[in-house]
Amino acid sequence: MRSTEGPAVWVRLGTLAAAALIAITGCGSNATTGGSTAAPPPTYNIKPPTTIGPGEGALSLIDWPGYVDRTNWQTPSVASFEQQTGCKISVKDAQTSDEMVSLMKGGGGGQYDMVSASGDADLRLIYGGDVKPMNTDLIPDYKYFQTYFKAPGYNTISGIHYGISLQWGPNTLLYNTNKFPTAPTSWSVIYDPANTGLVTVPDNAIQIADAALYLSKSKPSLGITDPYELTQKQFDATVALLHQQRPLIKKYWASEGEEITLFQNKDVFVGAAWPYQTIQLKLAGGPFADTIPAAEGATGWGDTWMLATNAKHPNCAYLWTAWVSTPQVQAEQALSFGETPVNTKACAEMEKLSAGSCAQYHADAPGSYFDTIKFWKTPIATCADGSQNCIPYAKWLDAWTTITA
Amino acid sequence: MQSILWRVPWLRSAVLLVPPLAWFLLIYVTSLALLLITAFWTIDTFTTQIVQVWNLDNFRTILTEPAYRLIIGRTVGLAALVTVTDAVLAFPFAYFMARVASRRTQTILFAAVLLPLWASYLARVYSWILILNHSGILNWSLQSIGLPPANIGYTYTAMWIVFSYIWLPFMIIPTYAALERVPETLLEAAADLGAPRWRAVLDVVMPLALPGVIAGSIFTFSLTLGDYITPILVGGAGSIFIGNVIQTNVGIANNLPFAAALSTVPVAIMALYLLGAKRLGAFEAL
Amino acid sequence: MEGPFTRFALRVWAGLILLFLFVPLLLIFLYAFNKSNIESWPIPGLTLKWFTATWNDADVRTSLKLSIQAGLTATALALVLGSCAAFAIHRMTFFGKDAVSFLFVLPLALPGIITGVALNDFFSFNGISLSIWTIVVGHTTFCIVVVYNNVLARLRRTQGSLVEAAMDLGANGFQVFRDITLPLISTAVVAGAMLAFALSFDEVIVTVFTGGAQNTLPLWIFGQMRLGQRLPEVNVVVSFVVLVTIIPVVIAARLTGGGGAARVPAAR
Repeated sequence: MRSTEGPAVWVRLGTLAAAALIAITGCGSNATTGGSTAAPPPTYNIKPPTTIGPGEGALSLIDWPGYVDRTNWQTPSVASFEQQTGCKISVKDAQTSDEMVSLMKGGGGGQYDMVSASGDADLRLIYGGDVKPMNTDLIPDYKYFQTYFKAPGYNTISGIHYGISLQWGPNTLLYNTNKFPTAPTSWSVIYDPANTGLVTVPDNAIQIADAALYLSKSKPSLGITDPYELTQKQFDATVALLHQQRPLIKKYWASEGEEITLFQNKDVFVGAAWPYQTIQLKLAGGPFADTIPAAEGATGWGDTWMLATNAKHPNCAYLWTAWVSTPQVQAEQALSFGETPVNTKACAEMEKLSAGSCAQYHADAPGSYFDTIKFWKTPIATCADGSQNCIPYAKWLDAWTTITA
Repeated sequence: MQSILWRVPWLRSAVLLVPPLAWFLLIYVTSLALLLITAFWTIDTFTTQIVQVWNLDNFRTILTEPAYRLIIGRTVGLAALVTVTDAVLAFPFAYFMARVASRRTQTILFAAVLLPLWASYLARVYSWILILNHSGILNWSLQSIGLPPANIGYTYTAMWIVFSYIWLPFMIIPTYAALERVPETLLEAAADLGAPRWRAVLDVVMPLALPGVIAGSIFTFSLTLGDYITPILVGGAGSIFIGNVIQTNVGIANNLPFAAALSTVPVAIMALYLLGAKRLGAFEAL
Repeated sequence: MEGPFTRFALRVWAGLILLFLFVPLLLIFLYAFNKSNIESWPIPGLTLKWFTATWNDADVRTSLKLSIQAGLTATALALVLGSCAAFAIHRMTFFGKDAVSFLFVLPLALPGIITGVALNDFFSFNGISLSIWTIVVGHTTFCIVVVYNNVLARLRRTQGSLVEAAMDLGANGFQVFRDITLPLISTAVVAGAMLAFALSFDEVIVTVFTGGAQNTLPLWIFGQMRLGQRLPEVNVVVSFVVLVTIIPVVIAARLTGGGGAARVPAAR
């Protein structure tokens, strides 16, 4: 019985598989392209509260690791906030902006109260209806914010604020000073075949923008002005560059700790990083430094605390936002994570904690400085001129999978 | 009540079966079925809301895009390699445990094989980074005896070593259990019939131990097939597994339909594998 | 009997495998004393500061507590459900029995990421928010399989004649279960429970998808690896767990089959 049974089963399975294959390659439908911002965001007409009521006793946050730092923030500490307001905080760390979008969705809304999203996720959260407008009058320190961050394009649409800016930072070029005694002046160093196997860049589709930024200066004929708004031709050229870069990459880093290990153990010698990694590596006493190459500038990220549409603890959320906007907390967070406060009054506090840090982190930069940094924003199909020729983020993700596969 | 249950024996067994079966059907099977259905839907690419439009786009992408074929091939290849490696590593060890070691040594060895499972998987993989990376223990040892550095950190080889290490206990235990059950009398009979020891092992012991090895291989194969953490920690550029793509599509791109479609690949592979394993008697040896 | 050379070779092989299995554990233990919070070789220096740091770290305590709670709950549920299933499958022959036994293998045979993603999808589709209970559901599902396998394997090795003899002597169903069956399978149940708890305690992949803002110990460890600031604390915690479990593991080894102590004394 066994000998006749076996082949029969496989024949049946085989026919089934063949039929399935034919069906799949034959049928199909058109996928929807994304990124139309013609309609206002779904939550635009939700009026935010005019006063902050009593705290609800709890607060659930999605944050970048280190954004609710119970260990390093000493005065004032997270515990002191919880004591004063009665809002007990529980935290979910996310590793990428995309993960934050997905978490906000997955909870069915209401599982989390706030998210500290970066610019590349903000528009998706806003147009997805996951966050609702906030009242800046309820944040006392708002008036001291750097002008650019009062209403940046990634969290303010048609004058409505879908969150309160928090901190920002550049995507820096980190390097081993033994291998590069002088700071590199251009991002070309991470595209140079001489550095094969010595480079690392983040495993994040938004990296395509960094490559586009490099091409905007090294291949001006492509005409790239905004690295997040790329036409098909510009996009293809950028992806080609990243394919060329692939043999240079030892590993695409997925977390800060990973990049630190890579540099410390001399697996890589140069790469794209955040100031946090440089701080940690320098604390451990290694020969490392970072820079923003003068030739192309850099991309950057600006973070916003956004309020979930179905947040269960909105009062605690406002209390928290007001608290992290105060100069002392802004300074603490800047120094422990390695980023720059949006509150101009934080500069003085940073100097108290660490002399020279204010200038080092550009916390006292004039408004014009922010024009040189290309802050993350979600790539959408609508270009600046209103046409629909730009490549939306979904295609960026697909391309990134093929690049890193 | 008891007499009813005794008079209708199958009723008693049915009552026992209902709770676990209900759990499985209502929760596990339903969620798997839901996942399969989701594979035929798609998402609005901007807001990432699921759009319940029936289509085969996800499957088409997987079949036609060369990147995914590469990823699937790489995953299956390493899963097979790790399985073979672990079988080779485990068999002599399990043989020693089952047939050569004294009772006390058996207990100690068994405990020694189980103990690493209690040290966090993550921590153990992380230790391997320390061993294999550029200025790690391996290179340091090689260089201190004058050999060139091996530089297998963040490569396919590194993943092969780490996976073989992590799943080894899962291969040793069923193999040992199977070998232990082979009565010595069979081997004595073979010896009486004139077979040399190695012949007896090859012709008598191994076929009887095979179900145990196959049972162990189910674990090593499926655990490697679905893993995404070790590639992240230990793999270099170009070490993306099926699990990584599924994970990024769920947790990052929020493209659940595509993740679901991709999930059908390991499910189909494992279904075939289990079918084969069942025929080789592995289910008796689990 | 194997020749002396073969025995020697096997001994050497066993020793090498043991080395292979334990070197990473020794490293984990060593780096709990690491002066730096970055793991690099050679070790920069030794210190005891991480032990106090871990002791004072509230996150460690909450995640450890959550892991133990989830593990115990999942194991308890799995014990009941898995044993029931094993008894039912052992005794019954019915249409679809093969399919059901196949079903009970799936959670361990299918990659964990699929179980995790499927459950995540299931919960969000039904509007169930992620909490410790969703974690427990995920863990229970594969713990059932482990208990089921262990108990079923033992039931297959026990002799049905013992049960019949007891009933001939006048024992009712409950007495048979309590005095005959239970002692025979007790060690398998204990071993299954321990293995199930171990799997649940160390589970990462399914927990990532079924946990909300709660961190089990493995999730906490994962977070620490990403941030890289308090890595030696991970080593401290893991070393602690390993040391604490040495005794139970040795007991489990004795019970399950190390040394053949679990063999039912049966008349052949």
